[in-house]
Amino acid sequence: MATSEQSNGTDRMLQQSGIYNEQVIVDIQAKAELGRYRMRGFGILRERTWATFDDLTFIPSTLTRIPLEGYRERCETKTVLGARFAAKPIELDIPIMITGMSWGALSYNAKVALAKGANQVGSSNTTGDGGMLAAEREHSKILIYEVLPSRYGMNVHDMLSADGIELTIGQGAKPGTGGLLLGSKVQGAVAKQRDLPPGVDQRSPARHPDFLGPDDMRIKIEELREATDWQVPIFVKMGASRVFDDVRLAAKAGADVIVVDGMEGGTAASPEILQEHTGVPTLAAVSEARAALEDIGLYGEVQLIIAGGIRNGVDAAKAMALGADAIYIGTSALIALNCNKPIYVEDYHKLGTEPYHCHHCHTGGCPVGITTQDPELMKRLEIESGAERVANLLRAMTYEIQILARACGKANVHDLDPEDMRALSLESSMITGIPLVGTNRVFGDGPGWKNRHD
Amino acid sequence: MATIDCAGLSVREINQAIRSAVANSDTEITLVNPGGQHNLSVAILSPVHINIKGSVGYYCGGLIDKATVEIQGSAGWGLAESMLTGKVIVHGSAGNGAAAAIRSGTVVIKGDAAARAGVSMKGGLIIIGGNCGYMSGFMGQKGTLIVCGDAGAAFGDSMYETVCFVGGETSDLGTDTVVETLAEDDLKFLQQALEEHLPDKLNEPGFTVERFKKIVSGRKLWNFDKQDWKTWKDAL
Repeated sequence: MATSEQSNGTDRMLQQSGIYNEQVIVDIQAKAELGRYRMRGFGILRERTWATFDDLTFIPSTLTRIPLEGYRERCETKTVLGARFAAKPIELDIPIMITGMSWGALSYNAKVALAKGANQVGSSNTTGDGGMLAAEREHSKILIYEVLPSRYGMNVHDMLSADGIELTIGQGAKPGTGGLLLGSKVQGAVAKQRDLPPGVDQRSPARHPDFLGPDDMRIKIEELREATDWQVPIFVKMGASRVFDDVRLAAKAGADVIVVDGMEGGTAASPEILQEHTGVPTLAAVSEARAALEDIGLYGEVQLIIAGGIRNGVDAAKAMALGADAIYIGTSALIALNCNKPIYVEDYHKLGTEPYHCHHCHTGGCPVGITTQDPELMKRLEIESGAERVANLLRAMTYEIQILARACGKANVHDLDPEDMRALSLESSMITGIPLVGTNRVFGDGPGWKNRHD
Repeated sequence: MATIDCAGLSVREINQAIRSAVANSDTEITLVNPGGQHNLSVAILSPVHINIKGSVGYYCGGLIDKATVEIQGSAGWGLAESMLTGKVIVHGSAGNGAAAAIRSGTVVIKGDAAARAGVSMKGGLIIIGGNCGYMSGFMGQKGTLIVCGDAGAAFGDSMYETVCFVGGETSDLGTDTVVETLAEDDLKFLQQALEEHLPDKLNEPGFTVERFKKIVSGRKLWNFDKQDWKTWKDAL
């Protein structure tokens, strides 16, 4: 007979270790087979236990403020970026843009669908590590050209055809580490454009080949301006790390626009530990970035683009109320293209996963044709219908921002500000400097970063 | 033939003057008194010869296509970076990251090159008459890097298909490098390249192409191998 300290076979005592739970055991045993760190795509997977945009709520107009008619009155969404030094600033119809994702990480069809989708709604598309596709230039009224540490596919003629240049220092999913594209995707035209032998596991450099710190970067930015005759805006993109200092340095180095990509940002391939354990959450990143620009008197003059896990118009509106001028989306746009949709389910199973759980972009076996270079898989993503879904998502997100702005009595989405929100948690109050609901008080005496820098 | 006196001009004014000369179909453009300024002659996309009578700062000749930029003095960081095609000649020495990420064309540095010369080069030919600094050739993808003098530490680290030739010491090669025996074709290539771009070198006493070592990638870092702990631990 079983005692209370033993299993009797029918009334089993199952208790998982809080330390060595199923995921930890799988992780250890996977590394014991691989002999290296684990790699995957998608971005952070673990549950977010820290403050997020969900920890803020809008406080719309009542008697103290007058709302706009939610479905009728005009609410401006036009967004201008790069008027600081560029002769031709970028003018967007909406404040949501498609972030840089490489042709190589993504299929040709995915890149073109993103370009066409963004174009339909007056938004912009961005190139990526590996250079520009002629088709994305053709189908983008506004195209941002990324200059990355690897310089894969770097072509001055392509760069000069762009409407803006983004000097990328890093990305939110893996700040401080270069890109990764496994050999299964370094094939054919992708390998040729990158000047790489087909089949190599491409591990991109983390540092630019021709500058290191902010003093050099100032000269680099001047080079890009001279190359483009000071016509187009220069963006500087960084993964969120020491945001307050980094943003001030980038602004002082002469950026027109600063992109801060929070730790919730996605990637097609990266060591898993970097996605899970490096960087600063997007909520904190936008708060620090705004404070940094205010600190040096350039808030409003240097535009701020926020990226990293922006799922919908609500996240976007909150980021804008905190100080962002525009929003980059990446993963959400790919989800609009059918990422993780329960179709071709048998091919998810071949990768050892399921719809809604797939983060296997790194394998090149994307069941829905987005993160693959396999021509047969790529056919599953039809360009025109994919573009329509991207355009629809951008429209829906814009409507969501407008609905919130009108409810707050704002006739321009860029007029949303921190006073339109309250914090739902102590942490979010401390991070953002927004009063906690029910108290009208900011805990931590304002943004938590500020005391450290005063 | 156009001459631009850079004294008292801003970088922007100098580059605008160069573009204006190019637009006027001048194919010989001379810059005097460059004063070590940064970003001179960047993104010039025509087959012109720009002769700079002095030393320059960062990124001179960067992002060019088809142009020839000749610097009579020395150059700062990022010389000719990301050049598509064309030629850049430095009569003195060059700073860090010379010829970084060039996709094609030729870069000749008659003196020494500092750290990371030819870093991430994707094609083309780089010839350094003197020595080169730390991590030169790092992640070289294609093209040829010739160093007539000594190679700095970690030379040729993590390369793909760049072929390097070093005439002097190679005491500290980078991870995943292999020294190959010079073939007849290599000797012929070196002789021709030096005769064309650095003929004075061949006249130096004791200088012969036979003294060069050929260094290429060992290709161990191209794809992960869990059995090769030593290589990958150092590489990562």
